[in-house]
Amino acid sequence: MKFNIKKIAPQLLTLLFVILVFGFFSYNAQLNMENRGIDFGYGFLSQESSFDVQFSLIEYDGSHSYFRAYLVGLLNTILVSVIGIILATIIGVIVGIARLSSNYLIKNTAAFYVEFFRNIPLLLQIFFWYFAALRALPLPQDTESIMGVFYLTIKGLFIPAFIWENFNIFLYSIIAAVVSIVVIKNYARRKQENEGKQIPVFLISIGLLLILPLLSFLIGGVSLSFEIPVLKKLAKTSYIYEGGVGIPPELIALTLALSLYTATFIAECVRAGIQGVGKGQKEAAASIGLNPNQILKLVVMPQALRIIIPPTTNQYLNLTKNSSLAAAIAYPDLVLVFAGTALMQTGKAIEIVSITMLTYLSLSLSISVLMNWYNKKIAIKEK
Amino acid sequence: MNNINFLKPDKSNLNLFLILGLSLVFISIFDVFLSSFFKINATGFLPTSISFLLPLIIGFIGLHFIRIEYSGIRTLDEINKNFNNNNFNAVLSLLIIFIIIKSIPPVLNWTIIDANISGNSKEACTGDGACWTYIKVWLRRFIYGLYPNEEQWRINLSFISLLALGSLGYFATEKFKKYLTLYYVVIYPIIAFLFIFFFISGGPVFFDFSYGIIASVVAIIIGFFVPNKFKLYYFCFVPLAVYLSLNLFILPEEYVELGKLEGLNWVETGAWGGLALTFIVSFFCLIFCFPVGMALALGRRSELPFIKYTSVIFIEFWRGVPLITVLFMSSVMFPMFLPEDFFLDKLVRVIIAISLFEAAYVAEVIRGGLQALPRGQYDAAKSLGMGYWKMHIFVILPQALKLVIPGIANTFLALVKDTPLILVVGLLEIAGMLQMAKTNPKWLGYSMEGYVFAAVVFWIICYAMSKYSYNLEEKYKTER
Repeated sequence: MKFNIKKIAPQLLTLLFVILVFGFFSYNAQLNMENRGIDFGYGFLSQESSFDVQFSLIEYDGSHSYFRAYLVGLLNTILVSVIGIILATIIGVIVGIARLSSNYLIKNTAAFYVEFFRNIPLLLQIFFWYFAALRALPLPQDTESIMGVFYLTIKGLFIPAFIWENFNIFLYSIIAAVVSIVVIKNYARRKQENEGKQIPVFLISIGLLLILPLLSFLIGGVSLSFEIPVLKKLAKTSYIYEGGVGIPPELIALTLALSLYTATFIAECVRAGIQGVGKGQKEAAASIGLNPNQILKLVVMPQALRIIIPPTTNQYLNLTKNSSLAAAIAYPDLVLVFAGTALMQTGKAIEIVSITMLTYLSLSLSISVLMNWYNKKIAIKEK
Repeated sequence: MNNINFLKPDKSNLNLFLILGLSLVFISIFDVFLSSFFKINATGFLPTSISFLLPLIIGFIGLHFIRIEYSGIRTLDEINKNFNNNNFNAVLSLLIIFIIIKSIPPVLNWTIIDANISGNSKEACTGDGACWTYIKVWLRRFIYGLYPNEEQWRINLSFISLLALGSLGYFATEKFKKYLTLYYVVIYPIIAFLFIFFFISGGPVFFDFSYGIIASVVAIIIGFFVPNKFKLYYFCFVPLAVYLSLNLFILPEEYVELGKLEGLNWVETGAWGGLALTFIVSFFCLIFCFPVGMALALGRRSELPFIKYTSVIFIEFWRGVPLITVLFMSSVMFPMFLPEDFFLDKLVRVIIAISLFEAAYVAEVIRGGLQALPRGQYDAAKSLGMGYWKMHIFVILPQALKLVIPGIANTFLALVKDTPLILVVGLLEIAGMLQMAKTNPKWLGYSMEGYVFAAVVFWIICYAMSKYSYNLEEKYKTER
């Protein structure tokens, strides 16, 4: 092999630079930690955390370990991201299609929504919903119920809790329904490819999804009852709802802001995707006698999705990362619980910040792997 | 007389349908108008739910009557085409019109009619509407942060002169046009930097190494006379080496400190804030992130494996983490990585952190542009005997950057929208000032006005930026 100075020298320089930077940083870190008497290590994760978290999906209090606190934060982050992604997708798709509507008013309302919400910083929107809009809600004792079971108060949204019996049988019935839908879909596709006959897959799927869980109620011994929240007096002027599920206002504000903000970007992706499908495609589909629904389902959407998916993946990633803004309104997510409270208590800056960053990295990575898999699945398969 | 089929309006009874339909639509809109502006419920005698839905039903029937294809009346056809082409659209159009009519009075009341702006204290706000007095009183804080009142002319002066210097490009004659890039990329940022540290910061903060700077500027000027072959290597090392050696080894302390500027009071960065800080942070991050991003993009496309993978890891790392953790890192973790006696201001650390963060995004955008260029461009440049740098500077980058103007503008927009986040590390730009003003015991309960104000300010900035980038895109669009 020829020794090429032009190829070796820049690489060596970069290597030197990287080593120098890392060496400098780690040397200083070591020195600083020695001076301050801090030792490096992840042992603190199993220590007792002794702080409380307002809202957690798993059982947690001060006697649990820091690792448990980390899990609480992580689950809260995942919760808000998943709800946000679902809502943002729904709003985004509707608005994106609305922007292509033939109705002048709808088109412009959608455009107004997009231009309005995407040009205001997300943090301000979160603040607005949390500190201004949700603070205007009534106190628990003055709240009138919505349909007798929901209570939207300044302390959050209170909804009835589901109390299941034999929940696992219900779960199995849903899994069975999903599996059979997949089987039927495959069968229908093969039948269409071989014989050109179409089976109403959609109707059958809805039927299955309704009937199988219903059967589990009738035969499997599953039962469902509701626990409706009731007003309870805590102190002289302090009331709270008990029973049911309480959704804290932080979560509401955060999901609202995140989904409304991200939906504007998703709407733009959807619009670009649908516009990206050539007019000729629709005309060709119409000329072989497909009806408008079939055109949308069989011709336009499969092609549009290919354009829509990659930028939408980016938006999902952004939403997940933006959910860390929760720390600004004290929603106990990963950043607040772990990089905030836990860091303050233990002082282990390097360990905690690195764990937090790695967690977000792996969250982002898993979303992009998932979406890449989906993207590959719907990509053009050339024969 | 023809049979009148009310279920299927047709052209034969055009006038009847038109009058009937238009009057029904008019009645429905008028009813909503009355109830919203004058609080008169004309249909109050009916049950609540019917009275609520009645305008919609009447309007829907009216719109159904006037939906006549090819009526021969141009306006009617336009209306039918744009608002009323089927039942679904008719309902949606009506709903949107009703919502607009319904929402005008409360919004007007809150922002103008019931609002107060006179006075200087909370007592002046007597109306039910917005208290703009709050904004008026706090305006200086929202714009300048905690910067002392009597020193604020320094910020004004700096920003006005920077704006004037920045707009020089528009007035440049043909002769100077070719130097514009150099001006905007190198000279202008340096001037801006000097302005910030001379005027806005003041005091003997950063300028106590003047001889070092002068020497390295001289070294840079000499560099232009170095033979082309060694120019790159010269610029990479010599100025920095001159600066460092002068500062560290040769000049004694008292000479180094000669550059002190004693005239202005020192205002520490903790007092900077408000909109001014938003501008400062976005401006510097914008300047720093662009070259770093470009270098990373070229690095990622490089054929040299070590450089390539270093860039890939760097980019993917920053893109995978949220900005807030990066800010946490810069404020709590980064000081641990520095020598103990070396103090780096919080603002500087934050600017570095945001720049690196945004650089990763800029890099990905630029890489998209580089990939979009056809291979022929590279081959053609190489066949002319151009080297790596010449090829990229004169052939590849100008075309690639032109392609990615919208992407870069979006990244910069995201950067501006991300700046409020610095409040989590205690730097109070406009959103941070709002949070502070909100907790002031004299002004409790006016958070809504504050958020509306900040939202309007940011909206104007961001919307202007996006429109400008759109114009830029149109201007530089070349047929491909």
